[in-house]
Formats: sequence, structure tokens, C-alpha cells
Amino acid sequence: MDIHVAKQIGAGLAMTGLIGAGIGLGVLFGNYLQAAMRNPSAAAGERIWLFLGMALTETMGLFGFAMGLIIYYT
Amino acid sequence: MSLTLGAINPMEQFLVHRLVPIEIGGVDLSITNSVLFMAIAASLVALFFIGGAQNKIVPGRLQSAVESFYDLVDGSMVGAMIGDKGRPFLPYIFTLFTFIAMMNVIGLLPSSFTATSQLAVTATLAAFSIGLVFIVGFGRHGLGFFKLFVPSGVHWTMAIFLVPIEILSFSVRPFTLALRLFGNMMAGHVMVYLFASFVIGLGVFAAGHGGLSNLLYAGSAVSLAMVVALFLLELVVAFVQAFVFAALSCIYLNEVVNLGHGH
Repeated sequence: MDIHVAKQIGAGLAMTGLIGAGIGLGVLFGNYLQAAMRNPSAAAGERIWLFLGMALTETMGLFGFAMGLIIYYT
Repeated sequence: MSLTLGAINPMEQFLVHRLVPIEIGGVDLSITNSVLFMAIAASLVALFFIGGAQNKIVPGRLQSAVESFYDLVDGSMVGAMIGDKGRPFLPYIFTLFTFIAMMNVIGLLPSSFTATSQLAVTATLAAFSIGLVFIVGFGRHGLGFFKLFVPSGVHWTMAIFLVPIEILSFSVRPFTLALRLFGNMMAGHVMVYLFASFVIGLGVFAAGHGGLSNLLYAGSAVSLAMVVALFLLELVVAFVQAFVFAALSCIYLNEVVNLGHGH
């Protein structure tokens, strides 16, 4: 197999890490919304933790993205 | 049937090129487009606050905008996460938040440049935050800084496993801080670019071929709607990422400021 072809396949496979980030974000926002619907008065105070959780979850996906870039360009 | 969409290179918008070449002692200090847009962002932030700092009892529009920015940083970041001991760090967190937010928002304007889509820029900002954590940690606690890696109230048999994990999670922080902002900004701009290129590419193809390919005008219209929607999303992401960067800096600072007596 040509090395260039292998790199493209590898970079594509590295992007599967985003599956986990997608599931994680879905769980996060779904649970936040559920909690906010049950107790709307407490929702505003927890929003900051929602965004922080989002950032931390997203990072795991971005690790995959960075790996994809590294595989593709080196 | 092959779609030729012309020369599409979504990475072209991130190219750094020199505007004013300056070289001092073998070090390249040229003014690039990245530097130019960082300077524009910094001066816009300064203008915003000079215009808003009027100290009226009934605030005008600009003053209440500035005050709500201040409330956000003071109330829900520094105050909520570090507490009263975090007041000395308020100017730093505030600068970080407004500067990153302004760079992100300016980058959304057509034919401008997003300074935060350069890993070098975000890595420098992350290095400032982590450097401050080290300075405060070693300055206030000396070697007691290393207590950060030992969770309190843990039996020593468990600590053998936990300490390496804590050290690992501490040492990836600068990378995640830099990568998150860079990745979000770059991925967002690439996505907007791709959909914008579909608008023209599909339209040109439909105009050139006629017949059944007239259906592609619909694809072109959908892409245009997607560009508008993505721009709105990117505007939200620009502020959320600036907020997240500043809030995470707060959390990391909190661990060393309130070391030992958890918060």
C-alpha cells in the first residue's frame, strides 16, 4: 500500500474518536435539560458547569482530531 | 458525472504571511496578518472599555455593556470558582476573556484572519495560564505545591495509583487548553468555508449543464441556509470558547490558591 494512502486511511480512522465526544455531549446536554425541566429555578446556577463539562468532553474528541492531523501531515 | 468545484482549499485562510518584514538580530519579528489582527482585537477591547468606563449612576448603553462583562467575569468565574482570595487574579482573567472573545469575533468577519486559529497563539495563552499556576503555587506554598498531586484523605496504598494519574492529568492541561481553542476555531472556519464553496460550486455546475442538474440549485440554496446557520453557531462558539478558556484558567488557579483546604 502506498504510504500516502495509508496516511489518509489512518487520519480518517483517527476521526472515529469524535464518536465518543458526540455521545458524551449528547449525554451531557440531555441530562442537563432533563434536570433543568424538573427544577427550572436551579438551572441558571448549573449552567457554568454545563459549559465546563462541554469543554472537557470536547477535548477528548479534539485529541482524536489532533492525532488525525499529526498522522496526515507527518 | 463528476462535480468540479474549482480550486477549493479550506486551509488557505489560515496561512500566515508577512506584511511588514522586520528582522532584529536574526530573529524574525515581522508584522504578519496574525499580529495585525491581534493588535486590532487588543485596540478594540481597549476602545470598548475606555468608552464604557464613565462611572455614571444611570449607565448608558456602552457602560452597561462593559458592566455586564465585568459582572460575568467577577460573579460567575473568579467569584464562584476561586472566592475572595481570587480577587488579585481578576484583571488577568478579565483580559484573557475579552481578548480571546474579541479575536474570535473579529475572525468571523469575511476576509479577516482568526488569530486564535493558530496553535502558536493559543499555546502562548495557555503557557501564560499554566505559568501563573506554577508561580502562584511555588511562590505561596514552596515545595508544598506537590501536595496538589496527592488527593487528601487517601490511604497510601491507593495513593500509589492515584499520584501518577494526577500528575498525568496535570501535565496534559496546557496541551488541552491550547488544543481546545485552536481546534474549535479551525474546525468551525473550515466548515463554513466548505459550505460556502458548495453554494457557488453547485450553482455554477447547474448553470453549466442544465437538464436534471437544475435540481442542484436546491442544494445550493440549502448550503446558503447552512452558511447562515453555521455563522450563528460560530458566533456562540466564539464566546463560549473564550468563556471556557478563562473559566478553566480560574479552576486551575483555584487549586493552587486554595491548596490544602479544598473549595
